[in-house]
Amino acid sequence: MAFIDSSKHKPLSNVGGLFIILSLAVALVLNLLPLHGIALLLRPDCVALLVLYWSINQPQRVSMGASFFMGLMMDVGDASVFGQHALSYSVMSFIALLMHRRLGIFSIHKQVPQVALLLLSAQLVMLLTGILINANLPEWDFLLASVSGGLLWPLLPTLVRIPQRRRPDSDAL
Amino acid sequence: METTPQFFRHGPGPLARLVFFVLLSLLLMVMDTRFKYLPGIRQTVAVAVDPLQRMAYFPTEIFDQVSGLFVSRSLVDEIANLRQQHLFDQGKLLGLLALEAENIQLRNLLEMELRMETQSTMAEILYIPNDPFSRKVTLGKGSLSGIQLGQVVVDDVGVIGQITRIYPWLSEVTLITDKDHSVPVQLVRNGLRSMVSGIGEDGTLELRYLAANADIQNGDLLVTSGIDGIYPPGLPVARVSKIESDTTYSFARITCIPAAGVNRNRQVLILSPLPSIPERPGEPVENISEVKKRGKVGLH
Repeated sequence: MAFIDSSKHKPLSNVGGLFIILSLAVALVLNLLPLHGIALLLRPDCVALLVLYWSINQPQRVSMGASFFMGLMMDVGDASVFGQHALSYSVMSFIALLMHRRLGIFSIHKQVPQVALLLLSAQLVMLLTGILINANLPEWDFLLASVSGGLLWPLLPTLVRIPQRRRPDSDAL
Repeated sequence: METTPQFFRHGPGPLARLVFFVLLSLLLMVMDTRFKYLPGIRQTVAVAVDPLQRMAYFPTEIFDQVSGLFVSRSLVDEIANLRQQHLFDQGKLLGLLALEAENIQLRNLLEMELRMETQSTMAEILYIPNDPFSRKVTLGKGSLSGIQLGQVVVDDVGVIGQITRIYPWLSEVTLITDKDHSVPVQLVRNGLRSMVSGIGEDGTLELRYLAANADIQNGDLLVTSGIDGIYPPGLPVARVSKIESDTTYSFARITCIPAAGVNRNRQVLILSPLPSIPERPGEPVENISEVKKRGKVGLH
């Protein structure tokens, strides 16, 4: 997508576009892991989490276009209706784009509830489309993934920076 | 705090982009659900996702391989062969139950053609997608192996579902437990015909629109009736597990347990489509008079 590739417009960051793509691919693999039962229930939507992370920290590169495309990949991987994840990720990315300056004010632990709400917004969009296309409605506990995703948020900067030697933008969070 | 200088911004504003992507995804969803038509986009994305999906399933495969090492190699092959054989035999045996129950004389009277032997392709369940909005599994054979849309998938016990989406190497099966997926069935005990529909829960099916005084008992076996021309007749589908007949409603609430299950074994059979079905009247067919004649015979 154009938003990932626009690396020449990015003097601020030292994060490679390839690195972002690679991290999103890893998130996609994590999302497709064959889990069952409680593990499946609590497994956060890693793609949503990482899309959120990049749209907050690198809004010029990862934005709605990239989120939309990742959503399409998830749609195929999850065998859901084509466009369902794409819609929810773009909406989530939009809200993140509006909020990313405000989020920076808070410490990473205070960001947790806001991130959980952002993830919840994506899930609610999915639920809404699910109702519209008359699909199976999941149990309420599928919303737990947002909570676990939010709780994972403080660890995310560390996890993302493990393969990087330098901190991408030390004052972003 | 990160700043975004105005001159680095390019393209339309966030709201315009949101509207664009929302409209685009809505368009895709409408095309996917209403018209079942996506010109190759889904296939293209699938090519990108497939290696990642295989990677995600790599650990399970490694585990399978390692656990397989502990058993002697020849034994493994033999068991695999026997399993395949067993599955094929079961597939043929499935029709027997209904054959006994069917009225052969009636079939002769109607001059029905002898039932064609169904051919089948064996496939393995590769993934069980985690989508909470649908009940689907992904099989490891696709259009390159001659799989077509609408083919029926069974295991050694009964019907699992129907192929609803095809990729070159993969195909997706919508399970009979998926919401509003219906299978025309027949009671083995008395030949009563009805439809069994999924309600979106694993392990539960529902017999809808049967009168409260219909002759149904707990434990009744439901097999496919074959009148739809998609499901071959006589495949076990479900067993009646609970009957609630409330006199305030005109229909009984009948819950069934599906006979087959996807979590039981990895190998399934994809039955080939039934070849000799007369076209449905009312659709553009080349031989209208013949179809009309058949329709009259059926009504008698």
